[in-house]
Amino acid sequence: MHLADPAVLSALLFCTGLYGVLARRNAILVLMSVELMLNAVNLNLVAFDVWLSKAARDTLHSGQALTLFTIAIAAAEIGIGLAIVLAVHRNRGTADIDRLRDTAEGHEDGTAGTPTDAAADEKAEATA
Amino acid sequence: MTTTTLAVLVPLLPFLGAVTGLLLGRTAPGFVRPLAVLPTLAALALACTVAVDQGGGRAIETHTELTPTGSVPIELALYIDGFAALVAVLVAFVATCVQIYSTGYLRDDPRYPSYAALVSLFTSAMLLVVYSGDLIVLLVGWEVMGICSYFLVGHYWETPEARAASIKAFLVTKLGDVPFLIGLFALATDAGSFRVTTVLSTVAHGGLHHPALVGLLLLCGVAGKSAQFPLHTWLPDAMAGPTPVSALIHAATMVAAGVYFVARLLPVFEASAAVMVVLAVMGAVTMVGSGLAALAQDDIKRVLAYSTIGQLGYMTGALAVGDRGAAVFHLLSHGAFKALLFLAAGVVIHAAGTNSLAVMSRTSGLRDRVPDAYWTMTVALLALAAIPPFSGFFSKESVLGAAEHATTGHAEHVPGSAGWIVLVAGLVTALLTAAYATRLWLLAFRGQGAEAPDHGRQPLSMTVVLWVLAVPSLAFGGFAYRSLPGWFDGRALAPTLTTSVLGTGLALIGGLLIYGAWLRTRTAAARVPLGAVAAHPEGDAALVEAEAIAAHAPAFGDVAYAPDPADPGRALLGPLHRHAAEGFHLDALYDVLFVRPVLAAASLVRFLDREVVDTYVRGAGALPRLLGAAVRRAQTGNVQTYVSALLAGTVVLAVAVLLVATGA
Repeated sequence: MHLADPAVLSALLFCTGLYGVLARRNAILVLMSVELMLNAVNLNLVAFDVWLSKAARDTLHSGQALTLFTIAIAAAEIGIGLAIVLAVHRNRGTADIDRLRDTAEGHEDGTAGTPTDAAADEKAEATA
Repeated sequence: MTTTTLAVLVPLLPFLGAVTGLLLGRTAPGFVRPLAVLPTLAALALACTVAVDQGGGRAIETHTELTPTGSVPIELALYIDGFAALVAVLVAFVATCVQIYSTGYLRDDPRYPSYAALVSLFTSAMLLVVYSGDLIVLLVGWEVMGICSYFLVGHYWETPEARAASIKAFLVTKLGDVPFLIGLFALATDAGSFRVTTVLSTVAHGGLHHPALVGLLLLCGVAGKSAQFPLHTWLPDAMAGPTPVSALIHAATMVAAGVYFVARLLPVFEASAAVMVVLAVMGAVTMVGSGLAALAQDDIKRVLAYSTIGQLGYMTGALAVGDRGAAVFHLLSHGAFKALLFLAAGVVIHAAGTNSLAVMSRTSGLRDRVPDAYWTMTVALLALAAIPPFSGFFSKESVLGAAEHATTGHAEHVPGSAGWIVLVAGLVTALLTAAYATRLWLLAFRGQGAEAPDHGRQPLSMTVVLWVLAVPSLAFGGFAYRSLPGWFDGRALAPTLTTSVLGTGLALIGGLLIYGAWLRTRTAAARVPLGAVAAHPEGDAALVEAEAIAAHAPAFGDVAYAPDPADPGRALLGPLHRHAAEGFHLDALYDVLFVRPVLAAASLVRFLDREVVDTYVRGAGALPRLLGAAVRRAQTGNVQTYVSALLAGTVVLAVAVLLVATGA
């Protein structure tokens, strides 16, 4: 198999993930898209590792070792990420990234304004 | 123990008493009174021992250098001659009396612990000034006294008068201390040492290059500390402090320091005739002006304050005619009777519930309420008016005798004009002194009108002290004038016939003039009722006094003046009375000359800082602020926008790297 095939596939996967991260509104889907991007990188790592070992330039298979690392880290990352999304959803009643704008400039009603904001959000959801 | 060890302990004991008093004041209130009285008493005993050991013979000298300072050395030095030994005894004696008196006077005062500790510190600082043989160590004691006077004058800080007076006392004395410091440096540069002995020997060999400049600079500090014209204005206002503090400041410490300093370094001042004439004029103006002002004061303590200024003028005058023996003699006898006058005045104020002489003159029977204060104050006033055989007579005559000696030009280093100035002013002041002493006595103890209220007997600690002080007021001068020359320079201090007759005659004339005026005006007192007494006459003496001071201005419109047509001083002074009551408007003059320009300069600086400097700062901040506002718009709070921006940036960078790498 030529090196171009896995490279193109990984590029497509990466672009799909990037689109998901930039465009999806649900936080869980954003996390899934992040996983896609990570796996695209993994694919690249494995493919180049094989190509390099064929050329006998790298016989330690460091690309594959790094892939294992990435998979482990990705598992931990998705665990924490999902826990955060769950906590946010419990707290706010929504996991919509467009609504989670507490860090925006001019968002001054820190503690005092939050309950009313949350109430307004719940009301908006109920009507929607 | 050697005499040197004892001498070191004299200033050290009150200092340790002050430190422990400050530390233990809150936790162990039972120890406060012993800690206040005992160290001072021990210092008195040790000072007496030192004086006996010294005995007017060779000066006790010792010095040690703690560490080299790189330039003119500063040493811990003792220099105890006859002057130092006797003045230290006076300081410790008056301080002991004041401490014992204060235990009764401020017996219910919640701030007594810190008060007593500060009085101890004050005493210790003065003893340091007296014994120190090094000018910088002397300066340390000098400045510690300044800060202690600030705290003690402001003891009743609830009243605005006390707050203003304490700041004024501090600022005015500091105004003199700055030139004083420069003068000390100039003196030490010429002499190559801060040691008193070295400085004096340098002066004796003519090694002083700028005697007039150094003398005048040092005189500024002396005028501030010793309340001489034109820096005397703080002293009458300092009456807002508690009476024992006034006694301490006026009799033994603080004001005595300036005169003592000049006495110790008199050869430095004698090196320039101009300085001696300035000293004489200063003393003369102070004497006469304060005598006139004292005649017009309504507050009993302000009368005594002006009288202190006047008596200090005598001492300055004696120094101006080159007789430091007479000056210190008058310092000693004045210390005794002025302390007595103040402490007795404290008793009178407590009993009368007011500090106003006008009100006292409308109260009868005050002398039966406080017989101890009445009799001792009579003794002290006779001493103040220099009536023989009281102690003030001998010391004042020694001053006048020295001035007369100088007029004939026989005194070395002293211009005859200085002698004439001091002699004439001294004689005029003798008349004025007797006049205001008589006025004080008549108004306070010979009043007619409502019976004085009875607040029970005064505490024993207060009345006993009065009698203890009455002994030196009565007898010190008569017994001491023969033996004192042995302690001092050896010049005779006995009164001469001419000045005795002149001085006593003028004093009698002054007293009789006031008595005659009083006989004429006393009937008017009944027609013009005046009255304002303290709100809590049954409280302790300190409370009554604080309330009396606070009530004077609202009741009479001024702290110093009362519109009393029955005042014999008013009859005598005529149109001058109003001006004399105000201290000849010197305060108003200083207000126009110094206070207002300083305030104006301060508001100018404030304007420059707020409006000019800050404008540049704000202007410099405007551009970053604008940029910041633009960047802030990017903070939408939407994470995906941020990631998009990140991606765009990455792409741009990647393209740039590619372009650079391919060399396009």
